[in-house]
Amino acid sequence: MNLLRVEGMTKRFGGLVAVNDVSFSVDEGEVVGLIGPNGAGKTTVFNLITGNYIPDQGQVLFDGASIKGLRTHKIVDAGIARTFQTIRLFQKMSVLENVLAGQHCRMTTGIFGAFLQSPKARAEEQAALDLALEELEFVGLRHEANNLASNLSYGNQRLLEIARALATKPRLLILDEPAGGMNHQETDALLELIRKLRDRGITVFLIEHDMSLVMQACDKLVVLEYGCKIAEGDPESVKNNPKVIEAYLGPDDDEE
Amino acid sequence: MNRTLISYLLSFALLAASPLVLNRFWLEVLNSVGLYAILALSLNVILGNAGLYNMGHAAFYAVGAYCAAILNTQLDIPILWSLPICGLVAAAAGALVCRPIIHLRGDYLLIVTVGVGEILRIALVNDIFGLTGGPNGIFGIDRPFLFGYKIRKPHEFLYLIWGFVAMTVFLFYRLRNSRFGRALDYLREDEVAAEGSGINTGRTKLMAFAIGAAWAGMAGALYASKMTIISPESFTFWESVLIFIIVIIGGSGNITGVLLGAFLIIGLPEFLRAYVGEFANARMWFFGLAMMIMMIFRTQGILPPGPRFFRLPKAGKEVSS
Repeated sequence: MNLLRVEGMTKRFGGLVAVNDVSFSVDEGEVVGLIGPNGAGKTTVFNLITGNYIPDQGQVLFDGASIKGLRTHKIVDAGIARTFQTIRLFQKMSVLENVLAGQHCRMTTGIFGAFLQSPKARAEEQAALDLALEELEFVGLRHEANNLASNLSYGNQRLLEIARALATKPRLLILDEPAGGMNHQETDALLELIRKLRDRGITVFLIEHDMSLVMQACDKLVVLEYGCKIAEGDPESVKNNPKVIEAYLGPDDDEE
Repeated sequence: MNRTLISYLLSFALLAASPLVLNRFWLEVLNSVGLYAILALSLNVILGNAGLYNMGHAAFYAVGAYCAAILNTQLDIPILWSLPICGLVAAAAGALVCRPIIHLRGDYLLIVTVGVGEILRIALVNDIFGLTGGPNGIFGIDRPFLFGYKIRKPHEFLYLIWGFVAMTVFLFYRLRNSRFGRALDYLREDEVAAEGSGINTGRTKLMAFAIGAAWAGMAGALYASKMTIISPESFTFWESVLIFIIVIIGGSGNITGVLLGAFLIIGLPEFLRAYVGEFANARMWFFGLAMMIMMIFRTQGILPPGPRFFRLPKAGKEVSS
Protein backbone atom coordinates (compact mmCIF):
# COMPACT_ATOMS: atom_id res chain seq x y z
CA MET A 1 0.00 0.00 0.00
CA ASN A 2 1.26 3.49 -0.82
CA LEU A 3 2.01 5.46 2.33
CA LEU A 4 3.20 8.48 0.34
CA ARG A 5 2.19 9.29 -3.21
CA VAL A 6 3.49 12.23 -5.20
CA GLU A 7 1.65 12.93 -8.45
CA GLY A 8 2.81 15.32 -11.15
CA MET A 9 4.53 17.65 -8.70
CA THR A 10 6.01 20.84 -10.17
CA LYS A 11 7.71 23.76 -8.43
CA ARG A 12 9.07 26.86 -10.12
CA PHE A 13 11.30 29.52 -8.59
CA GLY A 14 10.94 32.42 -11.00
CA GLY A 15 12.08 31.09 -14.36
CA LEU A 16 13.77 28.02 -12.88
CA VAL A 17 11.77 24.81 -12.84
CA ALA A 18 13.26 23.16 -9.74
CA VAL A 19 10.95 20.15 -9.79
CA ASN A 20 9.25 19.18 -13.01
CA ASP A 21 6.22 16.88 -13.14
CA VAL A 22 7.64 14.34 -10.69
CA SER A 23 5.58 11.31 -9.63
CA PHE A 24 6.56 8.42 -7.40
CA SER A 25 5.33 6.49 -4.43
CA VAL A 26 6.70 5.18 -1.15
CA ASP A 27 5.18 1.99 0.24
CA GLU A 28 4.63 1.39 3.93
CA GLY A 29 7.58 -0.34 5.58
CA GLU A 30 10.00 0.38 2.72
CA VAL A 31 13.30 2.25 2.75
CA VAL A 32 13.31 4.45 -0.34
CA GLY A 33 16.26 6.51 -1.56
CA LEU A 34 16.06 9.73 -3.55
CA ILE A 35 19.28 10.21 -5.49
CA GLY A 36 20.62 12.41 -8.24
CA PRO A 37 23.45 14.80 -9.03
CA ASN A 38 23.86 18.04 -7.06
CA GLY A 39 21.16 20.56 -7.85
CA ALA A 40 18.77 17.94 -9.19
CA GLY A 41 16.00 19.16 -6.88
CA LYS A 42 16.07 16.43 -4.23
CA THR A 43 15.88 18.70 -1.19
CA THR A 44 13.19 20.74 -2.94
CA VAL A 45 11.11 17.56 -3.27
CA PHE A 46 11.52 17.01 0.48
CA ASN A 47 10.57 20.60 1.21
CA LEU A 48 7.47 20.22 -0.97
CA ILE A 49 6.39 17.09 0.90
CA THR A 50 6.96 18.60 4.36
CA GLY A 51 5.14 21.83 3.60
CA ASN A 52 8.15 24.17 3.64
CA TYR A 53 7.19 24.92 0.02
CA ILE A 54 3.83 24.48 -1.65
CA PRO A 55 3.80 22.72 -5.06
CA ASP A 56 2.69 24.87 -8.02
CA GLN A 57 1.08 21.83 -9.59
CA GLY A 58 0.45 18.25 -8.61
CA GLN A 59 -0.67 16.42 -5.54
CA VAL A 60 0.91 15.00 -2.41
CA LEU A 61 -1.03 12.19 -0.76
CA PHE A 62 -0.12 10.75 2.63
CA ASP A 63 -1.99 7.65 3.67
CA GLY A 64 -4.58 8.41 1.00
CA ALA A 65 -5.30 12.00 2.11
CA SER A 66 -3.96 15.16 0.47
CA ILE A 67 -1.41 17.06 2.54
CA LYS A 68 -0.68 19.65 -0.13
CA GLY A 69 -0.81 23.18 1.25
CA LEU A 70 -0.93 22.10 4.90
CA ARG A 71 1.43 23.90 7.25
CA THR A 72 4.53 22.01 8.30
CA HIS A 73 3.46 21.36 11.89
CA LYS A 74 0.19 19.84 10.63
CA ILE A 75 2.15 17.52 8.37
CA VAL A 76 4.36 16.51 11.28
CA ASP A 77 1.21 15.90 13.29
CA ALA A 78 -0.12 13.70 10.47
CA GLY A 79 2.99 11.52 10.80
CA ILE A 80 5.81 12.80 8.57
CA ALA A 81 9.00 13.84 10.38
CA ARG A 82 12.22 15.05 8.83
CA THR A 83 15.85 15.93 9.38
CA PHE A 84 17.67 18.74 7.62
CA GLN A 85 20.56 18.70 5.17
CA THR A 86 22.24 21.54 7.00
CA ILE A 87 21.86 20.47 10.61
CA ARG A 88 19.18 22.54 12.34
CA LEU A 89 19.38 21.69 16.00
CA PHE A 90 18.59 24.05 18.85
CA GLN A 91 22.31 24.52 19.42
CA LYS A 92 22.24 26.33 22.75
CA MET A 93 19.83 23.85 24.33
CA SER A 94 20.54 20.47 25.88
CA VAL A 95 20.39 17.24 23.88
CA LEU A 96 17.36 16.10 25.84
CA GLU A 97 15.53 19.39 25.29
CA ASN A 98 16.14 18.99 21.57
CA VAL A 99 14.41 15.61 21.60
CA LEU A 100 11.55 16.96 23.73
CA ALA A 101 10.79 19.36 20.88
CA GLY A 102 9.57 16.38 18.89
CA GLN A 103 7.19 15.40 21.67
CA HIS A 104 5.53 18.80 21.61
CA CYS A 105 2.84 17.90 19.08
CA ARG A 106 1.94 14.74 21.02
CA MET A 107 1.35 16.70 24.24
CA THR A 108 -1.60 18.86 25.23
CA THR A 109 -0.63 20.89 28.33
CA GLY A 110 -1.27 24.56 27.68
CA ILE A 111 -0.52 27.76 29.56
CA PHE A 112 -3.02 27.16 32.35
CA GLY A 113 -1.88 23.57 32.68
CA ALA A 114 1.64 24.91 33.16
CA PHE A 115 0.48 27.39 35.83
CA LEU A 116 -1.50 24.81 37.77
CA GLN A 117 0.79 21.83 37.20
CA SER A 118 -2.05 19.41 37.66
CA PRO A 119 -1.23 15.71 38.19
CA LYS A 120 -2.24 15.13 34.57
CA ALA A 121 0.21 17.78 33.33
CA ARG A 122 3.00 16.34 35.48
CA ALA A 123 2.30 12.82 34.25
CA GLU A 124 2.34 13.99 30.64
CA GLU A 125 5.63 15.80 31.19
CA GLN A 126 7.16 12.69 32.75
CA ALA A 127 5.93 10.47 29.92
CA ALA A 128 7.42 12.87 27.36
CA LEU A 129 10.72 12.84 29.22
CA ASP A 130 10.77 9.04 29.34
CA LEU A 131 9.98 8.73 25.66
CA ALA A 132 12.64 11.31 24.76
CA LEU A 133 15.21 9.30 26.73
CA GLU A 134 14.11 6.11 24.95
CA GLU A 135 14.66 7.71 21.56
CA LEU A 136 18.08 8.95 22.70
CA GLU A 137 18.88 5.41 23.78
CA PHE A 138 17.72 4.17 20.37
CA VAL A 139 20.18 6.38 18.47
CA GLY A 140 22.87 5.77 21.12
CA LEU A 141 23.06 9.26 22.63
CA ARG A 142 21.49 8.70 26.03
CA HIS A 143 24.77 9.40 27.85
CA GLU A 144 24.85 12.86 26.21
CA ALA A 145 21.35 13.82 27.40
CA ASN A 146 22.47 16.79 29.50
CA ASN A 147 25.20 17.95 27.14
CA LEU A 148 24.62 20.95 24.91
CA ALA A 149 23.67 20.09 21.34
CA SER A 150 26.49 22.27 20.02
CA ASN A 151 29.05 20.16 21.91
CA LEU A 152 28.21 16.99 19.95
CA SER A 153 30.31 15.79 17.03
CA TYR A 154 28.91 16.32 13.55
CA GLY A 155 27.86 12.68 13.21
CA ASN A 156 26.16 12.71 16.61
CA GLN A 157 24.32 15.91 15.72
CA ARG A 158 22.84 14.06 12.75
CA LEU A 159 21.78 11.25 15.07
CA LEU A 160 20.24 13.78 17.46
CA GLU A 161 18.16 15.19 14.59
CA ILE A 162 16.92 11.66 13.91
CA ALA A 163 16.03 11.23 17.60
CA ARG A 164 14.13 14.53 17.56
CA ALA A 165 12.23 13.44 14.46
CA LEU A 166 11.47 10.04 16.03
CA ALA A 167 10.04 11.74 19.13
CA THR A 168 7.16 13.00 16.96
CA LYS A 169 6.15 9.33 16.53
CA PRO A 170 6.28 9.45 12.73
CA ARG A 171 5.05 6.85 10.27
CA LEU A 172 7.28 8.28 7.56
CA LEU A 173 10.76 9.54 8.39
CA ILE A 174 12.46 11.78 5.84
CA LEU A 175 16.25 11.97 6.14
CA ASP A 176 18.15 14.59 4.14
CA GLU A 177 21.72 13.33 3.68
CA PRO A 178 21.96 11.53 7.03
CA ALA A 179 25.52 10.33 6.33
CA GLY A 180 26.79 13.81 5.41
CA GLY A 181 29.90 14.53 7.48
CA MET A 182 30.01 11.05 9.00
CA ASN A 183 33.13 8.90 9.05
CA HIS A 184 33.19 5.28 7.93
CA GLN A 185 32.27 3.75 11.27
CA GLU A 186 29.50 6.25 11.83
CA THR A 187 28.08 5.45 8.40
CA ASP A 188 28.07 1.74 9.22
CA ALA A 189 26.24 2.50 12.46
CA LEU A 190 23.76 4.61 10.48
CA LEU A 191 23.05 1.70 8.14
CA GLU A 192 22.36 -0.42 11.18
CA LEU A 193 20.09 2.32 12.58
CA ILE A 194 18.10 2.53 9.34
CA ARG A 195 17.52 -1.24 9.50
CA LYS A 196 16.37 -0.91 13.11
CA LEU A 197 13.98 1.84 12.02
CA ARG A 198 12.47 -0.47 9.43
CA ASP A 199 12.13 -3.18 12.06
CA ARG A 200 10.14 -0.68 14.14
CA GLY A 201 7.76 -0.34 11.21
CA ILE A 202 8.82 3.19 10.29
CA THR A 203 8.97 3.94 6.58
CA VAL A 204 12.19 5.76 5.63
CA PHE A 205 12.65 8.11 2.68
CA LEU A 206 16.18 9.46 2.34
CA ILE A 207 18.47 11.56 0.20
CA GLU A 208 22.04 10.33 0.20
CA HIS A 209 25.20 10.70 -1.85
CA ASP A 210 27.00 7.76 -0.26
CA MET A 211 26.14 5.15 -2.91
CA SER A 212 27.36 2.20 -0.89
CA LEU A 213 24.95 3.17 1.91
CA VAL A 214 22.11 3.77 -0.55
CA MET A 215 22.61 0.43 -2.30
CA GLN A 216 22.70 -1.46 0.99
CA ALA A 217 19.91 0.37 2.80
CA CYS A 218 17.25 0.99 0.18
CA ASP A 219 14.55 -1.28 -1.20
CA LYS A 220 13.81 1.19 -3.96
CA LEU A 221 15.40 4.24 -5.54
CA VAL A 222 14.01 7.32 -7.25
CA VAL A 223 16.49 9.21 -9.44
CA LEU A 224 16.19 12.91 -10.26
CA GLU A 225 18.12 14.97 -12.77
CA TYR A 226 17.43 18.65 -13.49
CA GLY A 227 14.16 18.40 -11.58
CA CYS A 228 12.83 15.47 -13.63
CA LYS A 229 12.50 11.87 -12.59
CA ILE A 230 14.72 9.73 -14.82
CA ALA A 231 14.39 6.37 -13.10
CA GLU A 232 12.54 4.50 -10.37
CA GLY A 233 13.00 0.93 -9.22
CA ASP A 234 15.08 -1.44 -7.15
CA PRO A 235 18.74 -0.51 -6.60
CA GLU A 236 20.11 -3.15 -8.98
CA SER A 237 18.04 -2.07 -11.98
CA VAL A 238 18.64 1.63 -11.27
CA LYS A 239 22.39 1.03 -11.10
CA ASN A 240 22.36 -0.47 -14.58
CA ASN A 241 19.95 2.05 -16.07
CA PRO A 242 21.80 3.86 -18.92
CA LYS A 243 20.06 7.16 -18.17
CA VAL A 244 21.27 7.05 -14.58
CA ILE A 245 24.82 6.17 -15.60
CA GLU A 246 24.78 9.07 -18.03
CA ALA A 247 23.47 11.47 -15.38
CA TYR A 248 26.25 10.55 -12.99
CA LEU A 249 29.17 9.93 -15.34
CA GLY A 250 28.30 12.06 -18.34
CA PRO A 251 27.48 10.76 -21.86
CA ASP A 252 29.58 7.94 -23.32
CA ASP A 253 32.27 9.34 -25.62
CA ASP A 254 31.84 6.52 -28.15
CA GLU A 255 28.31 7.62 -28.94
CA GLU A 256 29.34 11.11 -30.00
CA MET B 1 15.52 23.20 48.19
CA ASN B 2 17.80 24.62 45.58
CA ARG B 3 19.83 27.78 45.80
CA THR B 4 17.62 29.83 43.51
CA LEU B 5 14.59 29.23 45.68
CA ILE B 6 16.48 30.11 48.88
CA SER B 7 17.82 33.35 47.43
CA TYR B 8 14.33 34.27 46.24
CA LEU B 9 12.81 33.63 49.65
CA LEU B 10 15.56 35.68 51.32
CA SER B 11 15.12 38.58 48.88
CA PHE B 12 11.37 38.70 49.34
CA ALA B 13 11.81 38.50 53.13
CA LEU B 14 14.17 41.48 52.93
CA LEU B 15 11.63 43.37 50.85
CA ALA B 16 8.87 42.53 53.33
CA ALA B 17 11.03 43.90 56.17
CA SER B 18 12.13 47.00 54.25
CA PRO B 19 9.35 49.33 55.57
CA LEU B 20 11.00 49.02 59.01
CA VAL B 21 14.13 50.84 57.86
CA LEU B 22 13.29 52.73 54.67
CA ASN B 23 11.57 56.08 54.45
CA ARG B 24 8.67 57.02 52.17
CA PHE B 25 10.94 58.04 49.31
CA TRP B 26 12.76 54.72 49.12
CA LEU B 27 9.52 52.77 49.51
CA GLU B 28 8.14 54.65 46.52
CA VAL B 29 11.30 53.79 44.60
CA LEU B 30 10.80 50.13 45.50
CA ASN B 31 7.17 50.30 44.36
CA SER B 32 8.27 51.77 41.09
CA VAL B 33 10.90 49.05 40.70
CA GLY B 34 8.19 46.46 41.42
CA LEU B 35 5.83 47.80 38.75
CA TYR B 36 8.61 47.86 36.19
CA ALA B 37 9.62 44.36 37.29
CA ILE B 38 6.13 43.10 36.44
CA LEU B 39 6.24 44.90 33.09
CA ALA B 40 9.71 43.60 32.30
CA LEU B 41 8.79 40.05 33.31
CA SER B 42 5.81 40.23 30.98
CA LEU B 43 7.91 41.57 28.11
CA ASN B 44 10.48 38.90 28.89
CA VAL B 45 8.02 36.21 27.76
CA ILE B 46 7.76 37.92 24.36
CA LEU B 47 11.26 39.32 23.92
CA GLY B 48 13.45 37.10 26.09
CA ASN B 49 11.80 33.71 25.67
CA ALA B 50 10.14 33.85 22.27
CA GLY B 51 12.73 36.27 20.82
CA LEU B 52 10.12 38.61 19.33
CA TYR B 53 11.24 42.24 19.25
CA ASN B 54 8.36 44.14 20.80
CA MET B 55 9.08 47.81 21.45
CA GLY B 56 5.49 48.83 21.99
CA HIS B 57 4.86 47.09 25.28
CA ALA B 58 3.59 50.30 26.91
CA ALA B 59 0.51 49.92 24.70
CA PHE B 60 -0.65 46.85 26.63
CA TYR B 61 0.27 48.57 29.91
CA ALA B 62 -1.98 51.46 28.83
CA VAL B 63 -4.83 49.16 27.79
CA GLY B 64 -4.82 47.59 31.27
CA ALA B 65 -4.58 50.94 33.07
CA TYR B 66 -7.40 52.54 31.06
CA CYS B 67 -9.51 49.40 31.33
CA ALA B 68 -9.22 49.48 35.13
CA ALA B 69 -9.80 53.25 35.25
CA ILE B 70 -12.91 53.13 33.05
CA LEU B 71 -14.39 50.12 34.84
CA ASN B 72 -13.73 51.77 38.19
CA THR B 73 -14.91 55.31 37.46
CA GLN B 74 -17.88 54.44 35.22
CA LEU B 75 -19.11 51.15 36.68
CA ASP B 76 -17.66 51.28 40.21
CA ILE B 77 -15.94 47.94 39.84
CA PRO B 78 -13.23 47.62 42.55
CA ILE B 79 -9.69 47.67 41.16
CA LEU B 80 -8.63 44.26 42.39
CA TRP B 81 -11.78 42.66 40.99
CA SER B 82 -11.06 44.24 37.65
CA LEU B 83 -7.50 42.82 37.53
CA PRO B 84 -8.40 39.63 35.65
CA ILE B 85 -10.67 41.59 33.31
CA CYS B 86 -7.86 44.04 32.56
CA GLY B 87 -5.56 41.11 31.91
CA LEU B 88 -8.02 39.50 29.53
CA VAL B 89 -8.75 42.74 27.68
CA ALA B 90 -5.03 43.44 27.27
CA ALA B 91 -4.43 39.86 26.12
CA ALA B 92 -7.22 40.17 23.57
CA ALA B 93 -5.77 43.50 22.41
CA GLY B 94 -2.34 41.88 22.15
CA ALA B 95 -3.60 38.94 20.13
CA LEU B 96 -5.76 41.13 17.90
CA VAL B 97 -3.05 43.69 17.15
CA CYS B 98 -0.37 41.08 16.59
CA ARG B 99 -2.33 38.66 14.43
CA PRO B 100 -1.54 40.51 11.18
CA ILE B 101 2.08 41.35 12.05
CA ILE B 102 3.17 38.14 13.74
CA HIS B 103 5.00 36.75 10.69
CA LEU B 104 7.35 39.75 10.64
CA ARG B 105 10.87 39.08 11.78
CA GLY B 106 13.30 40.93 14.05
CA ASP B 107 13.72 44.58 13.25
CA TYR B 108 10.59 44.73 11.06
CA LEU B 109 8.42 43.56 13.93
CA LEU B 110 10.14 46.06 16.21
CA ILE B 111 9.28 49.00 13.97
CA VAL B 112 5.65 47.93 13.62
CA THR B 113 5.26 47.53 17.39
CA VAL B 114 6.68 51.03 17.88
CA GLY B 115 3.91 52.19 15.55
CA VAL B 116 1.25 50.25 17.44
CA GLY B 117 2.30 51.89 20.71
CA GLU B 118 2.17 55.37 19.19
CA ILE B 119 -1.21 54.78 17.51
CA LEU B 120 -2.71 53.76 20.84
CA ARG B 121 -1.19 56.72 22.69
CA ILE B 122 -2.49 59.18 20.10
CA ALA B 123 -5.90 57.52 20.20
CA LEU B 124 -5.92 58.04 23.98
CA VAL B 125 -4.95 61.70 23.57
CA ASN B 126 -7.85 62.14 21.13
CA ASP B 127 -10.36 60.82 23.68
CA ILE B 128 -11.32 57.76 21.68
CA PHE B 129 -15.02 56.78 22.08
CA GLY B 130 -15.25 59.63 24.61
CA LEU B 131 -13.97 57.23 27.27
CA THR B 132 -10.34 58.12 27.83
CA GLY B 133 -10.58 61.74 28.85
CA GLY B 134 -8.18 63.03 26.18
CA PRO B 135 -4.83 64.53 27.17
CA ASN B 136 -5.98 65.05 30.76
CA GLY B 137 -6.67 61.37 31.23
CA ILE B 138 -8.90 59.90 33.89
CA PHE B 139 -8.84 60.93 37.54
CA GLY B 140 -10.60 59.87 40.69
CA ILE B 141 -9.66 56.20 40.43
CA ASP B 142 -10.26 54.30 43.66
CA ARG B 143 -7.52 52.85 45.81
CA PRO B 144 -7.57 49.07 45.94
CA PHE B 145 -9.36 47.31 48.79
CA LEU B 146 -7.97 44.04 50.10
CA PHE B 147 -10.34 42.18 52.46
CA GLY B 148 -12.05 45.46 53.25
CA TYR B 149 -8.78 47.22 54.01
CA LYS B 150 -7.95 50.28 51.92
CA ILE B 151 -4.45 50.24 50.48
CA ARG B 152 -3.10 53.78 50.48
CA LYS B 153 0.34 54.21 52.07
CA PRO B 154 3.61 53.39 50.26
CA HIS B 155 4.40 50.40 52.44
CA GLU B 156 0.91 48.98 51.86
CA PHE B 157 1.42 49.28 48.13
CA LEU B 158 4.82 47.68 48.58
CA TYR B 159 3.13 44.52 49.83
CA LEU B 160 0.51 44.59 47.09
CA ILE B 161 2.95 45.21 44.24
CA TRP B 162 5.70 42.91 45.41
CA GLY B 163 3.13 40.25 46.29
CA PHE B 164 2.05 40.44 42.67
CA VAL B 165 5.70 40.26 41.57
CA ALA B 166 6.18 37.13 43.71
CA MET B 167 3.12 35.49 42.18
CA THR B 168 4.33 36.43 38.70
CA VAL B 169 7.79 34.98 39.33
CA PHE B 170 6.25 31.78 40.68
CA LEU B 171 3.90 31.33 37.71
CA PHE B 172 6.45 32.33 35.08
CA TYR B 173 8.99 29.86 36.46
CA ARG B 174 6.39 27.16 36.01
CA LEU B 175 5.63 28.45 32.54
CA ARG B 176 9.27 28.44 31.53
CA ASN B 177 9.71 24.81 32.59
CA SER B 178 6.65 23.62 30.75
CA ARG B 179 5.79 22.47 27.25
CA PHE B 180 4.85 26.05 26.34
CA GLY B 181 8.06 27.51 27.79
CA ARG B 182 10.17 25.08 25.82
CA ALA B 183 8.20 25.88 22.65
CA LEU B 184 9.16 29.55 23.08
CA ASP B 185 12.83 28.57 23.37
CA TYR B 186 12.66 26.44 20.22
CA LEU B 187 11.00 29.31 18.43
CA ARG B 188 13.76 31.72 19.42
CA GLU B 189 16.57 29.30 18.57
CA ASP B 190 15.37 28.21 15.11
CA GLU B 191 11.89 28.88 13.83
CA VAL B 192 12.17 26.54 10.82
CA ALA B 193 13.39 23.65 12.96
CA ALA B 194 10.65 24.34 15.52
CA GLU B 195 7.93 24.20 12.88
CA GLY B 196 9.61 21.11 11.41
CA SER B 197 9.49 19.45 14.82
CA GLY B 198 5.74 19.87 14.94
CA ILE B 199 5.37 23.16 16.82
CA ASN B 200 2.68 25.53 15.64
CA THR B 201 4.98 28.54 15.54
CA GLY B 202 2.33 31.07 14.52
CA ARG B 203 0.03 30.15 17.38
CA THR B 204 2.89 29.97 19.89
CA LYS B 205 3.96 33.51 18.99
CA LEU B 206 0.42 34.80 19.44
CA MET B 207 0.14 33.07 22.83
CA ALA B 208 3.43 34.65 23.89
CA PHE B 209 2.06 38.07 22.98
CA ALA B 210 -1.24 37.36 24.75
CA ILE B 211 0.45 36.25 28.00
CA GLY B 212 2.88 39.17 27.94
CA ALA B 213 0.09 41.64 27.23
CA ALA B 214 -2.12 40.16 29.97
CA TRP B 215 0.53 40.75 32.63
CA ALA B 216 1.34 44.22 31.34
CA GLY B 217 -2.39 44.96 31.51
CA MET B 218 -2.59 43.87 35.13
CA ALA B 219 0.47 45.98 35.95
CA GLY B 220 -1.41 48.86 34.34
CA ALA B 221 -4.39 48.30 36.63
CA LEU B 222 -2.13 48.34 39.70
CA TYR B 223 -0.50 51.51 38.44
CA ALA B 224 -3.86 53.21 37.89
CA SER B 225 -4.98 52.49 41.43
CA LYS B 226 -1.66 53.59 42.89
CA MET B 227 -1.66 56.94 41.07
CA THR B 228 -5.49 57.43 41.12
CA ILE B 229 -4.94 59.46 37.95
CA ILE B 230 -3.70 58.30 34.58
CA SER B 231 -3.00 60.13 31.36
CA PRO B 232 -1.44 59.30 27.99
CA GLU B 233 1.82 60.88 29.21
CA SER B 234 2.47 57.80 31.35
CA PHE B 235 2.49 55.47 28.34
CA THR B 236 4.91 57.07 25.93
CA PHE B 237 7.44 55.42 23.64
CA TRP B 238 10.06 56.01 26.33
CA GLU B 239 8.21 53.62 28.66
CA SER B 240 8.41 50.88 26.03
CA VAL B 241 12.10 51.57 25.56
CA LEU B 242 12.73 51.48 29.30
CA ILE B 243 11.02 48.08 29.67
CA PHE B 244 12.92 46.80 26.64
CA ILE B 245 16.23 47.96 28.15
CA ILE B 246 15.48 46.28 31.49
CA VAL B 247 15.00 42.93 29.75
CA ILE B 248 18.08 43.25 27.51
CA ILE B 249 20.43 44.56 30.22
CA GLY B 250 19.22 42.17 32.91
CA GLY B 251 19.55 39.10 30.74
CA SER B 252 16.74 38.36 28.33
CA GLY B 253 15.09 35.04 29.01
CA ASN B 254 16.16 34.82 32.63
CA ILE B 255 13.65 35.80 35.32
CA THR B 256 16.30 36.60 37.96
CA GLY B 257 18.22 38.65 35.41
CA VAL B 258 15.14 40.67 34.52
CA LEU B 259 14.41 41.41 38.19
CA LEU B 260 18.00 42.55 38.64
CA GLY B 261 17.60 44.70 35.52
CA ALA B 262 14.56 46.40 37.04
CA PHE B 263 16.54 47.29 40.17
CA LEU B 264 19.45 48.64 38.13
CA ILE B 265 17.54 50.61 35.52
CA ILE B 266 14.79 52.01 37.79
CA GLY B 267 16.51 51.99 41.19
CA LEU B 268 20.07 52.99 40.35
CA PRO B 269 19.26 56.45 38.90
CA GLU B 270 17.37 57.30 42.11
CA PHE B 271 20.31 56.04 44.13
CA LEU B 272 22.69 58.23 42.13
CA ARG B 273 20.37 61.18 42.51
CA ALA B 274 20.29 60.79 46.28
CA TYR B 275 23.88 59.92 47.10
CA VAL B 276 26.05 61.40 44.40
CA GLY B 277 24.63 64.80 45.10
CA GLU B 278 26.88 67.13 43.12
CA PHE B 279 26.85 64.74 40.17
CA ALA B 280 23.07 64.47 40.14
CA ASN B 281 22.90 66.07 36.74
CA ALA B 282 25.46 63.67 35.39
CA ARG B 283 23.48 60.58 36.31
CA MET B 284 21.91 60.09 32.86
CA TRP B 285 25.36 60.51 31.35
CA PHE B 286 26.69 57.81 33.64
CA PHE B 287 23.69 55.67 32.82
CA GLY B 288 24.21 55.92 29.07
CA LEU B 289 27.88 55.12 29.39
CA ALA B 290 27.14 52.04 31.49
CA MET B 291 24.71 50.84 28.86
CA MET B 292 27.22 51.31 26.04
CA ILE B 293 29.84 49.36 27.97
CA MET B 294 27.30 46.58 28.59
CA MET B 295 26.36 46.28 24.96
CA ILE B 296 29.99 46.07 23.90
CA PHE B 297 31.28 43.64 26.51
CA ARG B 298 28.27 41.63 27.61
CA THR B 299 25.61 41.54 24.93
CA GLN B 300 23.73 38.64 26.53
CA GLY B 301 22.90 40.74 29.60
CA ILE B 302 24.10 40.54 33.18
CA LEU B 303 22.46 37.18 33.96
CA PRO B 304 21.67 35.26 30.78
CA PRO B 305 19.57 32.09 31.06
CA GLY B 306 21.22 28.68 31.09
CA PRO B 307 19.83 25.53 29.50
CA ARG B 308 17.46 23.35 31.49
CA PHE B 309 19.14 20.25 32.75
CA PHE B 310 17.13 17.27 33.85
CA ARG B 311 18.04 14.79 36.53
CA LEU B 312 18.11 11.45 34.81
CA PRO B 313 17.96 8.54 37.23
CA LYS B 314 15.64 5.58 36.86
CA ALA B 315 13.21 7.28 39.19
CA GLY B 316 13.20 10.11 36.67
CA LYS B 317 12.19 13.15 38.70
CA GLU B 318 12.50 16.32 36.70
CA VAL B 319 14.69 18.99 38.20
CA SER B 320 15.40 22.22 36.47
CA SER B 321 18.33 24.44 37.18
